[in-house]
Amino acid sequence: MNDLMKVSSNPHVRSKSTTSSIMLTVVIALLPAAGFGIYNFGLKALILMLVTVASTVLTELAFEKICKKKVTIGDYSAVVTGLLLAMNLPVSAPWWIGVVGGVFAILVVKMLFGGLGQNFMNPALGARCFLLISFTSIMTNFDCDAYTGATPLANLKSGEAVDILDMVIGRTAGTIGETSMVAIVIGACILILFGIIDLRIPGSYIVSLVIFISLFGGRGLDWPYISAHLAGGGLMLGAFFMATDYVTRPITKRGQYVYGILLGILTGIFRIFGPSAEGVSYAIIIGNLLVPLIEKVTLPKAFGKGGEKA
Amino acid sequence: MNSVKERLVNGIVKENPTFVLMLGMCPTLAVTTSAINGLGMGLTTMVVLALSNVFISMLRHIIPDKVRIPAFIVIIASFVTIVQLLLQGFIPFLYDALGIYIPLIVVNCIILGRAEAYAYKNPVIPSLFDGIGMGLGFSVALTCIGAVRELLGAGTLFNIGVMPESFVPVSIFIMAPGAFFVLAVLTAIQNKVKIIGERKGKDMSKIQSGCGNDCLNCADTGCAKRLIDEKPSKVRKEIEIEEIVDEEAGEEDTKND
Repeated sequence: MNDLMKVSSNPHVRSKSTTSSIMLTVVIALLPAAGFGIYNFGLKALILMLVTVASTVLTELAFEKICKKKVTIGDYSAVVTGLLLAMNLPVSAPWWIGVVGGVFAILVVKMLFGGLGQNFMNPALGARCFLLISFTSIMTNFDCDAYTGATPLANLKSGEAVDILDMVIGRTAGTIGETSMVAIVIGACILILFGIIDLRIPGSYIVSLVIFISLFGGRGLDWPYISAHLAGGGLMLGAFFMATDYVTRPITKRGQYVYGILLGILTGIFRIFGPSAEGVSYAIIIGNLLVPLIEKVTLPKAFGKGGEKA
Repeated sequence: MNSVKERLVNGIVKENPTFVLMLGMCPTLAVTTSAINGLGMGLTTMVVLALSNVFISMLRHIIPDKVRIPAFIVIIASFVTIVQLLLQGFIPFLYDALGIYIPLIVVNCIILGRAEAYAYKNPVIPSLFDGIGMGLGFSVALTCIGAVRELLGAGTLFNIGVMPESFVPVSIFIMAPGAFFVLAVLTAIQNKVKIIGERKGKDMSKIQSGCGNDCLNCADTGCAKRLIDEKPSKVRKEIEIEEIVDEEAGEEDTKND
């Protein structure tokens, strides 16, 4: 009887990775940047992170209990959302900012659209932009015990000198998780090594931003200026952890390049021509909204279709 | 006077123009930054709606079918102009707050919709109360949206501070995105109430307007049925003539080919 073929429906090739294992890897990859944030900004950063993560997880649990749905907090996606959101908050933000943002991210951006896999934009970024519009003064107040004054990008925009080494290491003002380029790149390496993300989106994002800035930044190929743009603000965090979000990025390979280039151009436009110094969050959100269109035009042809007619 | 009460209930609850029919979204989203603005816009629209309904109902046998929409627009625009000048003269703060949205009442689909769906085929008194009911429903909806947005976005209600001092206004609620959030949530609550009511066996269906068909779900968009019901012989002839003309035209086309 062993000669019988085993008949089953697809999928025939299975991978060991599950949603929870992928999300857990992302959490681990975020830890260097989160740890540096705590080292840099003190214990208050840790408290803000814990409050935000608790708020996202509890919101998801409460929503699923109330609506009598399957409880999905075990897949750690809410933890990733909460952690990413907290890393996008300034350390001076009061604790309730984390709670409001967490509830908005999970309830409005994620669960109301059908939960994980159905959300049309990155929940953490959606919540960040919600907070940024609602509580502008709180969200752009980067004064804390360690640093006072503007972020390096704001200084760069107003034409002041910035210390690039400090920006790469992360000894600057900014949101909790975005300051250290080194820590974020370490986390990104973990993601790439474990095959969670590839370089298509971050690579095309960063390269297109570099090209945009050298064309329109007004300083040509001024490498210190360009590297300050790369190390400053949320670019690294956005490019490696948020633009690559499985749910809100294009599926097609060509689409991912289009998406990355689009993000680079949008970020460049916001940073150079826009009124504020930073533009990564808005660029990624607008990119998220365009993903269905990008997928539509970059859909590969099915085998056997569209060839030349004999 | 049963139909009067019926028209009022229909306008405010069962066929609420904002939450049920989803009409007039432009002023709904744009001017509801505060409760007083929402109330002002709602009442202004109600006045125009009631007056235009009355006039269209009175003129319904005179207006030819083929030019009824331009005729409606002329009537509505006249009343909007009157109301706009009165507001400018007597309530200037509301005039300034509503701005461009007062002249835009002319193209508010609630008014044109009620003219077409109700006033044009019903007597004057029910049309008047249909207009008042719809207008009140619109006012209630706009005031609710405006109140929630003002409360969350500025911490006040009808310009009176009601929130504790420690409350930090969520300013997104008085910007455009907040209008969408509040409208969506209020509509969801309204639907939930309706579902609960239906489970308890209450009649939550809409009261039929005019033709006996629910215009919202009526597939007959040209509403030819209405014309046939009202004036059978004349309209049928016209339709037949049109068909014949069409056929002839088609034949000529094929000949030319």
